[in-house]
Amino acid sequence: MPLIETKDLTYVYGENTPFQKVAVDRVNLSIEEGQFIGVIGHTGSGKSTLIQTLNGLLRPTSGQVLLDGKDIWAEPKKIRSVRFRVGMVFQYPEHQLFEETVIKDICFGPKNMGLSEEEAQERARKAAEFVGLSPDLLEKSPFDLSGGQKRRVAIAGVIAMDPDVLILDEPTAGLDPRGRDVLLAQIVGYHQVRKNTVLLVSHSMEDIARTAEKILVMNDSKAAMFDSTEKVFSRDKELEEMGLRVPEITKIMARLKEKGWPVSTALTMEQALRQLMPLLGKGGGRDDS
Amino acid sequence: MIRDIALGQYIPGKSCIHKMDPRVKIALTFLFIIFLFVANGYVGMGVMVALVIAILLFSRIPLRQYFKSLKAVIFVVAFTSILNLFYGSGRVLVQVGFMQITEGGVNRAIFITIRIVCLMLLSAALTFTTSPTSLTDAIERLLRPLKIFHVKVHEIAMMMTIALRFVPTLLEETDKIMSAQKARGADMESGGFMQRVKALIPILIPLFVSAFRRAYDLAMAMECRCYHGGEGRTRMKVLKARKSDVAITVFSLALCTGIILLNIFLPGAVR
Repeated sequence: MPLIETKDLTYVYGENTPFQKVAVDRVNLSIEEGQFIGVIGHTGSGKSTLIQTLNGLLRPTSGQVLLDGKDIWAEPKKIRSVRFRVGMVFQYPEHQLFEETVIKDICFGPKNMGLSEEEAQERARKAAEFVGLSPDLLEKSPFDLSGGQKRRVAIAGVIAMDPDVLILDEPTAGLDPRGRDVLLAQIVGYHQVRKNTVLLVSHSMEDIARTAEKILVMNDSKAAMFDSTEKVFSRDKELEEMGLRVPEITKIMARLKEKGWPVSTALTMEQALRQLMPLLGKGGGRDDS
Repeated sequence: MIRDIALGQYIPGKSCIHKMDPRVKIALTFLFIIFLFVANGYVGMGVMVALVIAILLFSRIPLRQYFKSLKAVIFVVAFTSILNLFYGSGRVLVQVGFMQITEGGVNRAIFITIRIVCLMLLSAALTFTTSPTSLTDAIERLLRPLKIFHVKVHEIAMMMTIALRFVPTLLEETDKIMSAQKARGADMESGGFMQRVKALIPILIPLFVSAFRRAYDLAMAMECRCYHGGEGRTRMKVLKARKSDVAITVFSLALCTGIILLNIFLPGAVR
């Protein structure tokens, strides 16, 4: 049974007003446990709205969201328990910090779950470790940290609730290249250890190509594609029509193939190098691109 | 959602009321509001009501919007008019215990209802048809004489503009922060009074922090463009009274004179 399923999920903003807008239009998805899913789509395609319906922050106008086969809105009073299972990290999450110390802020979620002080602290420390926050930062005020560190604190605040599903909305926006790489690696590392389900929304096709095994493409409020990363990125013409693109390296390899070179598609630089180096006569296998 | 609250309810349009000089609009709105209270006979009041209806129709804004703005005061209107029923003198119409409803009371009740409703409609018409920026622009111009008393008119107007500008931004921000904290299991719907107040902390602190951040950014941006207050500042859009504005002003003044004359020569219903 899929972990999360949506059935004709529809969300309309400002229903019955002149500003009415369908943000999510009859989306049917089925997400299995343990998958790492990339969500792409240009601005205004409905991806942010979609992910907010998945953890019950927005109530669908029609259709259903099923978690473990049960409609999450069957008992509206218990919607908080859904939010603990489906963790959500918003865009620029550092803007939501409020506590006096980093550790207290990370504890906010676990404490809301009803955990004891010790348990919450325990989880907070683990979560901080996962996102690479050094222990000496934990007693500092979150407002004294750098932008990248603040972001880690905010992400740790969600990870500390130990959700089965982790949704991240552009977690790397506004970070420098190294910060991006490290943060992504940590998210992937956490996914591999915890075996949780991850939905990663990003505008960076490179980031998605590197991490996701499956991609959901949102276009014009609809789920346009939902398939394995290779398959989605092999439909580059369609993606470009939607205002998206495939990773640069994928494009280059596709062109080479068109010109008759004996290569197949590649999603990352490493994969491409492994194919190209032998062709150049320099025995491949270099990974330290 | 919190964003849906209508504040600063400017509704863009191209009607003749929209196009009027905002200074004239503000001045006339004040004049009409004063004359709603000057008119004390049914004829005079009838003229004022006709005027208000004409303004509403000319503004070409769906009447539904006006009804919405009336919803907020419906309780006040009902309360004051019922209270007024029992005041006043004249022929007794109904006797309820020691209280009595008199002819004067009925007149008072009707008048107070019309006055409050018209007052709301007039101010709604002003805010519906005038963008917040031109409104503050006009206020700055109208208050300029106060400079003699060293009132910092330009600074006050600028503060109003900025405050109005940031209302929707901060509402959106509040919405975002609320969602983010709810995603972390914040419970804002249940619990006693103290618990609810405590539940606001995770929202208010980030909101204040971001408001200050925005204020610093804005101050920086203004300084980068060499803003230094009102001295010697020229405007991109200079307010110009057109012929139609003059005509409307003359017409309004004539109307008000008429109402004064009516008050003198026709016995008023409410004194």
